[in-house]
Amino acid sequence: MAVKKFVVGCFDDEGPLFDAVKKVRKSGYKLHDVYTPFPIHGLDKAMGLRDTSLHTAGFLYAIFGTTSMLSFMTWVFTADFPLNVGGKPHFALPAWIPITFEFTVLCSCVGMVITFMYLCQLAPFVKKHHFHLRATDDKFVMVIELTSKTNESEVSSFLTGLGATEVNVQNAETGWWLGRYDKEQKLFVEGQSETVSA
Amino acid sequence: MALLRYESQVRPPLVENEKTYHQVTEDIVRPIEANPTRLWWIGFLISVGLLLFGVYSIYREVTYGVGQWNLNKTIGWGWDITNFVWWVGIGHAGTLISAILLLFRQGWRTGVNRAAEAMTIFAVMCAGQFPIWHMGRVWMAFFVLPYANTRGPLWVNFNSPLLWDVFAISTYFTVSLLFWYSGLIPDLATVRDRARLKWRKFMYGFLSFGWTGSTKHWQRHESLSLVLAGMSTPLVLSVHTVVSFDFATSVIPGWHTTIFPPYFVAGAIFSGFAMVQTLLLISRKVLNLEEYITIEHIEVMNKVIVLTGSIVGVAYLTELFISWYGQNPNEGWAFAQNRLNLFSPYGWSYWLMMGCNVISPQIFWFRKLRRNLVVTFFMSVIVNIGMWFERFVIIVTSIYRDYLPSSWSTYYTPTIWEIGFYLGTFGLFFTCYFLFSKFFPVIAVAEIKHILKKSGESYKKNMYHIEKESAEQLYNDVHHDHHH
Repeated sequence: MAVKKFVVGCFDDEGPLFDAVKKVRKSGYKLHDVYTPFPIHGLDKAMGLRDTSLHTAGFLYAIFGTTSMLSFMTWVFTADFPLNVGGKPHFALPAWIPITFEFTVLCSCVGMVITFMYLCQLAPFVKKHHFHLRATDDKFVMVIELTSKTNESEVSSFLTGLGATEVNVQNAETGWWLGRYDKEQKLFVEGQSETVSA
Repeated sequence: MALLRYESQVRPPLVENEKTYHQVTEDIVRPIEANPTRLWWIGFLISVGLLLFGVYSIYREVTYGVGQWNLNKTIGWGWDITNFVWWVGIGHAGTLISAILLLFRQGWRTGVNRAAEAMTIFAVMCAGQFPIWHMGRVWMAFFVLPYANTRGPLWVNFNSPLLWDVFAISTYFTVSLLFWYSGLIPDLATVRDRARLKWRKFMYGFLSFGWTGSTKHWQRHESLSLVLAGMSTPLVLSVHTVVSFDFATSVIPGWHTTIFPPYFVAGAIFSGFAMVQTLLLISRKVLNLEEYITIEHIEVMNKVIVLTGSIVGVAYLTELFISWYGQNPNEGWAFAQNRLNLFSPYGWSYWLMMGCNVISPQIFWFRKLRRNLVVTFFMSVIVNIGMWFERFVIIVTSIYRDYLPSSWSTYYTPTIWEIGFYLGTFGLFFTCYFLFSKFFPVIAVAEIKHILKKSGESYKKNMYHIEKESAEQLYNDVHHDHHH
């Protein structure tokens, strides 16, 4: 989690984003991320992001739920405490379907949400750098990381050329830290860090 | 791209007037940032008052026992379980709107899903109170959980529908809460980033979990929503099915029927949509959201109400037919004497149910009435009264006269503490709803922006050109294929 230098371009509409992303990738600039107020279908593909495997995780949690609940009930009613309920069989599979189903859904959903929060690093008191406050309102914010090979003014004019209405340069920490949004808090004190590359 | 954004001219817009993304944010977030209105305070304080009365009613019940209620030897389930089933049923519409309509790609759900999901959570919270406090010795409530104990361990009975209910309701509550909150996170971040006051920055910063709107995060968020919707769909159907098993697996005439699961699910959606109408008709007016919760939305929901009301009607008639056709004297008696006979002790409740649930919603076959807000509001209340009586009829008229005439009970009327408990859950429900409408965006902001260019009024005007272009394109494509 170092402090890096970024060029930030804001777009007023999602329309030019696809073309812009394509051109950024073609020209070899390091595309950090695009922040949008709502999900834009196909932008992830355009950015070259791979599909998420979150649903696979959900499936695995579901399998865990099914097998653990079924085996638990089987153990309880056939081995640990076999109850004679009106002479009915101890291994009463049909009667266990509802609970097995509910537990499957519960494990899958809870597991997926926790995995989602872990992957996206979302939690109470987690703070991150926000490149533009209106990225959650009406601005589509494209962030390009400056490297030793790229030039600040060159990238800025490149973004303007793509249709960005507002372009600026920011030193920002990537990743997250513990903090509150009513206070200015950063992980590193600006100016002290040596990782900023001009 | 054009085709992706295309929606037929025939479909009325889901967002009225010329709106930009920023205006959408403004319109929906403004009520959160403004001071609460006088109306809000009045409603909120009445709700808190009801809640306190409910708390006192429960206090009496816990202190003096279930005898504080007028339940008796044959009527072991009265208002409490009636209210339980009623509240659970109301919750179902929220999940239907948020999950099933998401899978069916129904654009209109975006205007109403957030409030409906909130309603689900609050309704399930209210529902859960009844079985819990009905236990009497509520401090033993944890006995329903399967945990290793020193009594054997004596496990819970996994074959019992009452235990299935414990799992169904708790899973339903948890999943609904997660679904609702994961959808809220991006919108709470919108509120956070607009906040100027310190406490607001702190609170929404805390609640929005550091959401940035990164494309990768949105991709995962979409995947999560889709899978949660996919899981919630069978879940919501299972929940009321399991609730109906509480009755259907017994041997009580009037309860022991295989039609219960689908009939309960249809009834649940019916009453839930009515409650959504009640809440949204008030919310859209008070919060000035008429451009987002439009007459279109209300009309579509009225169509759902007339459909599910009719399904419920068919179920009632089927039940009557089977009770005659089945030739079981006890069942025949339960239907013919305890219910159908208007002059039997509870006959009035059966006909009240029939009138409210089956006959009155039929007015929604008329477009003019479906689009009339006053009619809709009264109907939504009538439907919920009717659906309350449905559960009352099922529970009380089936058990007040059992197999032994010597133990036929006296007429059952609730005590003030039973009524107080019910009113208390109204207090809980509306206190939560008032707080929700004050502090959370009642409409899913990001989702409205997502459909704005497809279903917004100003954008729909451009559709004509796309329509023409795509028709030509289609013609050319077909023509092209033909020749090669």
